[in-house]
Amino acid sequence: MQTEMSLWSYANPTRFMATTRPLLPWLSALAAACLVVGLIWGFFFTPDDYRQGSTVKIIYLHVPSALMAINAWFMMLVASLIWLIRRHHVSALAAKAAAPVGVTMTLVALVTGAVWGSPMWGTWWAWDPRLTSFLILFLFYLGYMALWAAIEDPDTAADLTSVLCVVGSVFAVLSRYAVNFWNQGLHQGASLSLDAEENVADVFYFPLLVCIAGFVLLFVALVLARTRTEIRARRLHALQLRERMA
Amino acid sequence: MPDLGKYAVEVGAAYGLSAVLIVGLVALTLWRGKRVKRALDAAEGRRNA
Repeated sequence: MQTEMSLWSYANPTRFMATTRPLLPWLSALAAACLVVGLIWGFFFTPDDYRQGSTVKIIYLHVPSALMAINAWFMMLVASLIWLIRRHHVSALAAKAAAPVGVTMTLVALVTGAVWGSPMWGTWWAWDPRLTSFLILFLFYLGYMALWAAIEDPDTAADLTSVLCVVGSVFAVLSRYAVNFWNQGLHQGASLSLDAEENVADVFYFPLLVCIAGFVLLFVALVLARTRTEIRARRLHALQLRERMA
Repeated sequence: MPDLGKYAVEVGAAYGLSAVLIVGLVALTLWRGKRVKRALDAAEGRRNA
């Protein structure tokens, strides 16, 4: 007998736990390997930039973290929409699990950007369109996590945070495209682009790609691990309620 | 160690702060994962007892 498989079968918590358990160690090891190789390559074995000097080495943290800050929100948006439309609990919990990872990536991007901007722009901060939309995205992450924490009923919390996630997506889009929408900011254009003329030089590009792969894998591994914890926490909450009522 | 020149403080700060944030996130993830798993195992044990 042939069993029909679909993506939705992973929305079953038991199936999700069984599938992700063997995957996690491999993903974590691959993430660690990419991060170690990419960061060592970028830090120790790339030259200084003729204009930026050694601050160019900050690119290996700033670009991948900024990329993941935005994409984490989009992952949360997809998971939230799945929850709102199909009511799969695992997707709501995956969105919840991704938020602390996304907020950390946003903070890394903001901090490294400020540290880089101080010598290069002569200021830690400017109310530039990209910087400002990134700051608002950071505040949306905090608001999203606070909303999850503030509402006791998990389904209501999932509903309201999903709506907040949809609204916040405007700022995730602005964070990505602010440089293209408004041309008056301090922030330069994208470091990586499908248009080869805009890309950084090859000597910086390849270690940067490895670092980006490391950040993506780290994000996936952390979200899977945290989603597993959220599923367990939900089960624990249900058992504790039953114990109290018995 | 590469010579970071006059920007050594900025580059060091960027790497140091990022390491603290990322390692902190990983540690928190592992710590909460273990804590919840232990509590769930105990609750399942009480239920099956």
